[in-house]
Amino acid sequence: MNEQMTHTIKHHINDAILMAYSAGTLPEAFNLMVASHLSLCDGCRSQAASFDAVGGEVLEQMTETHAVSDACLEATMALIAGGVVERTPVKDHPRGVLPAPLQDYVGGDLSAVKWKPMGMGVKQAILPTSRDASARLLYIPAGVAMPDHGHRGTEMTMVLQGAFQDEGDYFARGDVEFADEDLTHTPVADIHEDCICLAVTDAPLRFNTMIPRIAQRFLRI
Amino acid sequence: MDMLASLEKNQSSDPVAEARRDMSKLDNNLKARNRHVNSDDGSARMLWVGHMARIRDDQDRTAFAELFAHFAPRVKGFLIKSGADVTLAEECTQDVMATLWNKAHMFDATRASVATWIFTIARNRKIDLLRRQRRPEPEDLPWGPEAEPDQADVLSLQQESKILGEALAALPASQRELIEKAYFGDLTHSEIAAETGLPLGTIKSRIRLALDRLRHAMK
Repeated sequence: MNEQMTHTIKHHINDAILMAYSAGTLPEAFNLMVASHLSLCDGCRSQAASFDAVGGEVLEQMTETHAVSDACLEATMALIAGGVVERTPVKDHPRGVLPAPLQDYVGGDLSAVKWKPMGMGVKQAILPTSRDASARLLYIPAGVAMPDHGHRGTEMTMVLQGAFQDEGDYFARGDVEFADEDLTHTPVADIHEDCICLAVTDAPLRFNTMIPRIAQRFLRI
Repeated sequence: MDMLASLEKNQSSDPVAEARRDMSKLDNNLKARNRHVNSDDGSARMLWVGHMARIRDDQDRTAFAELFAHFAPRVKGFLIKSGADVTLAEECTQDVMATLWNKAHMFDATRASVATWIFTIARNRKIDLLRRQRRPEPEDLPWGPEAEPDQADVLSLQQESKILGEALAALPASQRELIEKAYFGDLTHSEIAAETGLPLGTIKSRIRLALDRLRHAMK
């Protein structure tokens, strides 16, 4: 279905996260992760649609409905009369390394990413999301181990280009690695190509300049 | 299958009315099998689909008022459960229902029931207004809703959504409540654990059981 998808995605997003995406209870950064994965994975997309269907049925069967005032319908009709009927054309995102939802956050494809070097050729770009979780793009040169990133919370990493290997598992474009506090891992970028990933976490961001890093270690922020 | 065959033979007659009749036939069969299930009227889903077409094609205010009467109190209830106060919930409900009118051409009855579609609009408004966050959506599929979707596809999707509804209604109360909380309490699993006093593991396994049952019912 997607011509870029030569690799069959093996590592998917679990039901709990898909259901929370459908319910709308995830932090923005995780919504971005799920939307990006669904853009590449038809299986999870249809799974997410099933969770929307569950939401529709819960709405249908609600017992605690709230009567709307008589003026409410009239006010809605006034809203409709005042507004323009949207015939939103399908937004055209040029096919690239970044799926459409990520392109919206970056303001374009890879060439528009504002990378910040982190040493060893590794680069990152933090994306503007709400502060309850963070999202960033990581660029790891071929064969390099990913920078140390502790898991004080939940972290999800999805490959966009290249691949990485972790404890015998192989992650390529569209694959998502899910990690929590219990997991210690050392992902290493595949030797054949530089690896670009989207990583989201609900743990506090680790900073790269010296002062915040010290503050982080001592103040546990 | 007879049902679908009869649909194709009757292209000239009103397909929605036809579908509705067939639906109620199916409905009766299902009711006979599932008497314990507190099911809604199965033709309702096709009725709402017909209403959406009337809003899209004829800007039909009567159809809209009927949809409004059914769904607006549900949307408002959902928003209040998600933490909105009454005034905000009502404003937001107006917004959701106006979106339904304005984007009626985007509704695809081969992919979602009207209730599901309204749920997704309400959820997105909730994230927008209550959480003040953007809601990233997956890449648009290269195809949009077709102008004249195959009525058999519409009927089969709407029928599936009815079976899902019945399966949800038939869940044990302990599982059903957790599903409702997950969708409508705006709670994470850990917050549900704090609220109900149930261990996190129990919540996760009950939700998993519920989903297994729903899946089983859809086979």
